[in-house]
Amino acid sequence: MLLDTAQRLKEATENCRRKLPLLTGKTCANLFFENSTRTRNSFSLAAKRLGADTVEFSAGGSSVAKGETFVDTAKTIQAMGVDWVVTRHATPGTPHLLSRELECCVLNAGDGPHEHPTQGLLDILTIRQHRGSLEGLTVALVGDIAHSRTARSNIWGLRKLGAHVIICGPPTLVSPRWEELGFEVAHVLDDILPRCDVLNLLRIQFERQATRPFPSIHEYAALYAMTGERMRRSKEDILIMAPGPINRGVEITPEVADGPHSVILEQVTNGIAVRMAALWLLAGAAAE
Amino acid sequence: MNRGSEETPNRWLIEGGRIVDPSQNLDRAGRVLVDAGRIAAIDPSDEDVPPGVQRLEAGGLIVAPGLVDLGTELREPGREEDETIASGVKAALVGGYTSVLCSSNTHPPIDTPGAVEFVRQKAARARGARVHVIGCVSKGRRGAEMAELGLLVEAGAAAFSDSPAPLFNSALVKRALEYCRMFDLPILDRPEIPELAGAGVMHEGQVSLVLGLNGLPTEAEDLAVARDVRLAEATGGRLHVGPVSTMGSVDLIRRVKSRGIDVTASVCPHNLTMDDRQLRSFDAKFKVHPPLRSPRHVAMLREALADETIDAIQSGHMPRATEKKMDDLDLAPFGMSGLETALAVIITELILPGKLDWLTAIARLSTTPARIGKVEGGTLRVGKPADVILIDPQSEWTVDETRFLSRSHSTPFQRTRLTGCVTHAFVDGELRYCRADDAP
Repeated sequence: MLLDTAQRLKEATENCRRKLPLLTGKTCANLFFENSTRTRNSFSLAAKRLGADTVEFSAGGSSVAKGETFVDTAKTIQAMGVDWVVTRHATPGTPHLLSRELECCVLNAGDGPHEHPTQGLLDILTIRQHRGSLEGLTVALVGDIAHSRTARSNIWGLRKLGAHVIICGPPTLVSPRWEELGFEVAHVLDDILPRCDVLNLLRIQFERQATRPFPSIHEYAALYAMTGERMRRSKEDILIMAPGPINRGVEITPEVADGPHSVILEQVTNGIAVRMAALWLLAGAAAE
Repeated sequence: MNRGSEETPNRWLIEGGRIVDPSQNLDRAGRVLVDAGRIAAIDPSDEDVPPGVQRLEAGGLIVAPGLVDLGTELREPGREEDETIASGVKAALVGGYTSVLCSSNTHPPIDTPGAVEFVRQKAARARGARVHVIGCVSKGRRGAEMAELGLLVEAGAAAFSDSPAPLFNSALVKRALEYCRMFDLPILDRPEIPELAGAGVMHEGQVSLVLGLNGLPTEAEDLAVARDVRLAEATGGRLHVGPVSTMGSVDLIRRVKSRGIDVTASVCPHNLTMDDRQLRSFDAKFKVHPPLRSPRHVAMLREALADETIDAIQSGHMPRATEKKMDDLDLAPFGMSGLETALAVIITELILPGKLDWLTAIARLSTTPARIGKVEGGTLRVGKPADVILIDPQSEWTVDETRFLSRSHSTPFQRTRLTGCVTHAFVDGELRYCRADDAP
């Protein structure tokens, strides 16, 4: 339902460019305890496109720096009269804690390595726009699975919609336990490449790694970067996706990122559509 | 209670109850005479009952030696927002603990004779459970140099531990085990290799993988246990590992015991009854130490407790103030208030379903920990100090952390329905806790 709504809103706003005053008079608070540019702006734009007001909050210049807990900060923002709190935090489960403590709608814009639901949905929407359906597609998530909320928000949705999911990366970033959970695990990209309909290239999250899980970026790029040479060994209609920010030369080379198979910028546009849909549906659910 | 003027204080006849005393292998109906702070007789004849005795009707109740805890954090001095000696020893009695060995992780830590003395004096004034002081193994609990263990013994320390910090320096473990042989006192280690544990907040497994939470791998515990038991064997020192939580630990302890090496181990009630799936709630109440493991580990720990691979149950009392536990899972500290639920959890989850009989349960909770810590208690033998509890094994109640006597109001058992509670607790023959006085 959310994907269909997102599709309709995308069309109604002419590719997310025009305003549609569905949520006039409502306020969306962006409560980001972790750095973000794209997701934060994407949520802001989504709210503004639907006519809602937005209020921005970031951990740096706030009372969190003065020792307030994030729950108290969120309660304060709520008391200012907001309808949605969009939150990002470095610790898994923080949106769950907020939803127990707050009365307004809480949207998870990424909680540590746990989940990033709108990212998962926008990735799925992008694939659907190109292929019509996910049934029977082989989708590989490549890279830093251990620290990736994007991966954790993609896999369940992809599986539910009938795709075959491969999780690929070095064993230090791809736990064998994913196999116990029913996903295909691969460590050699070249082995699975010919089978893949979609590749989602995840960024190496250096900031979350306590000990480096591979010897060097140079070695990682040699084993896992999507290059022009690897493109030639892939399916002709392969889709190349990346949640961004992308590290050119690490997980993807410029010729692939900017090449004809890349849908990276479409993902960004779809992000606004999915976030509009999420805000709108939640407002409706709250009104009932 | 009827306190007539003709009655002599602290002269009690506990009648009609079921006596469970593992130290004498007693499990039968009988009466216990308490006089002048001691157990005066079991089943005295009517002529032997002295005048002025207060009779306590214990029909339907279990009469057992008071429980002994091998690791209670009392947090005073320095962390009184979590617990004080006075609140901790009262909470202990509610849970049936008449003796606790209190951890050295105060601020400053208990690494000097003066610090031992401070706790002992405060505890004596609090008139709750007896307190035996665990001294630090290392100066400042920093894990490098040995503390002045001999002087701590002179001041009354009963054991040594840096717990809940693990002893990470193998050379220190070895030296301390060797050195303590002259006191015949145990070193208690909470086994963990810090560099493997990293910044983990929960058991590393399928659940942590899906939740994206940093995991505490079982190897971090297993390797520390392996090192500890090997050093105990090499030095002949007295080692207690605990609380343990993994199948690997059980396996290692079983093997070393089968070779006749005198190593003991303990486990916490939450590791016998709950698993890591609780963390799906992201509630910091479930961020406890040792971490809740996967169901396979829980099953193995239960088995090991029954077959005596694991000798003792400890409460896992690591009180932390509410405001600390309210934070997210990365920032909230490990810990829970365990004294007031430990016994009821064991009754509900292990005794009533028939996994453990009363005699074994009381041995693990009382007699054996007293032996490991070499402290008074754990027995109803005639002439021994009368540390006695009465347990109502049928009374049902719902855990309400806000009513804890402990200052810390966080427990993974919140809102759990439990069966069994302590109705009376005597320390040194003095009735220090009576549930009826407590009723709302």
